[in-house]
Amino acid sequence: MATSPPAPVVALRGVGKAFGTGTLALDGLDLDIRDGEFLSLLGPSGCGKSTALRIVAGLSEPTRGTVTWSDPAARKGIGFVFQEPTLMPWATVFENVFLPLKLSGANRAAVHARVMETLARVGLADFAGAYPRELSGGMRMRVSIARALVTAPRILLMDEPFAALDEITRFKLNDDLVALWRELRMTVVFVTHSVFESVYLSSRIVVMTGRPGRVSGELVIDAPARDAQFRTSPEYAGYCRVASEALAKAMQPRAGAAA
Amino acid sequence: MNERVLRIAAPAVVLALGVLVWDLIVRINGVPPYILPGPGLVLTTLVSDWSILWSSLLATLETTVEGLLLAVVGGVGLAILFNQSRLIEHSLYPYAVILQVTPVVAIAPLLLIYLPQQAAVLACAWIVAFFPVLANTTLGLNSVDHNLADLFRMYGASRRQVLLELKLPAALPQMLAGIKIAGGLSLIGAVVAEIAAGSAGAGSGLAFRIAESGYRLNIPRMFAALLLLSITGIAIFALLSALTHLALRRWHESAITREA
Repeated sequence: MATSPPAPVVALRGVGKAFGTGTLALDGLDLDIRDGEFLSLLGPSGCGKSTALRIVAGLSEPTRGTVTWSDPAARKGIGFVFQEPTLMPWATVFENVFLPLKLSGANRAAVHARVMETLARVGLADFAGAYPRELSGGMRMRVSIARALVTAPRILLMDEPFAALDEITRFKLNDDLVALWRELRMTVVFVTHSVFESVYLSSRIVVMTGRPGRVSGELVIDAPARDAQFRTSPEYAGYCRVASEALAKAMQPRAGAAA
Repeated sequence: MNERVLRIAAPAVVLALGVLVWDLIVRINGVPPYILPGPGLVLTTLVSDWSILWSSLLATLETTVEGLLLAVVGGVGLAILFNQSRLIEHSLYPYAVILQVTPVVAIAPLLLIYLPQQAAVLACAWIVAFFPVLANTTLGLNSVDHNLADLFRMYGASRRQVLLELKLPAALPQMLAGIKIAGGLSLIGAVVAEIAAGSAGAGSGLAFRIAESGYRLNIPRMFAALLLLSITGIAIFALLSALTHLALRRWHESAITREA
């Protein structure tokens, strides 16, 4: 792109993370998360991309390096979607989505409309009174997304959220996620090990190497429309090839060690 | 449907056969009632001695229910305390275990020396009943989904919110399983203490009636009291099972019947 990239919302510099077990999950990770972008962290399993996401979320502290927020207030406005829906099984869909607001002391009646609006946004307005076990895997993930969106976060962090879903459901959720990103103008950081998913969704892909995790390459996806047509276009196939090569390169030097 | 009929009919048939065999043995051998009364005599005794047995049942039931309530309060309370403070857990847990593994029959006579009789009986019921509540609730509180816990942390939940909104609901299935066990144990504790207190005289519970009837060779009344005790145990178990089902039916796997 010719225009200079927008300022980073979050900047990770030289971030390292060593676990008590001696595993070095991240080492010297430099990563900018720019305002309004859809950034995918693409890498093989165990390359530390989830660890990086948890550090951005503040769920984990880096053992080295710095995490800088351009606007410290934005740090409070984070939405997080786990790989599993991670819902409270004892609570209804409404209660699950209401949770973040409840924890911040919101009055139920005052935010009722907001919760229902968020549920409508993910297509679950009719299921407010249902319990998680009564829903399909895809619907549970929608509840999880609604819960992350209900606080109107500036930045949405997603940790391989669709990995456990079937392909049809995943495509549908991909489309819905792109639409939400456009509509809400938020920043999304999406961790995945799927080349196709990352190309379809992202405005930028950062490819990571494993053991220890650091950035190995970057790819800007400059395609305006994300729809069924894009999915079957030569353009999409071209991006996928480039991303696959970048991923292969990232895995190459340590392929033996990683296996 | 077939399955349901079978579940009720099969044990009913076994019961009927058992009672029939019992009756035949007594009749054919002419066993005297002070050795083994027939089922008919036991039922007649149950009716004729109803006023005595009923007041005894109420006494035992009162001890059992109070013991169970105290066990729930004490077990859940201690489990929460343990969950909030490692120091308290490490300091007290071994003694909770010791209290549990020491046979209550052996403690009861001591308690009867130091406590008023009613309090001693209640203490026995409590000692036996509280441990399963404590152990199960502790397990439940420690089994919270890690990601959910992270989520609560990310949204800045207070300790109190984590306890009330996350840990206690998550622990509910295990807690209820513990309470279900405690219901039966509380009755056992009450009976053991009443038997131990029997010689102390002032007792009036069902177990005291059994001991007393034994001394008087009133075997039919012993059987009638025993029958009432069994029914009480079954009723407590059924009641607690129903309670568990009601509390969990909307969300917990244990309460959901699947179609094959």
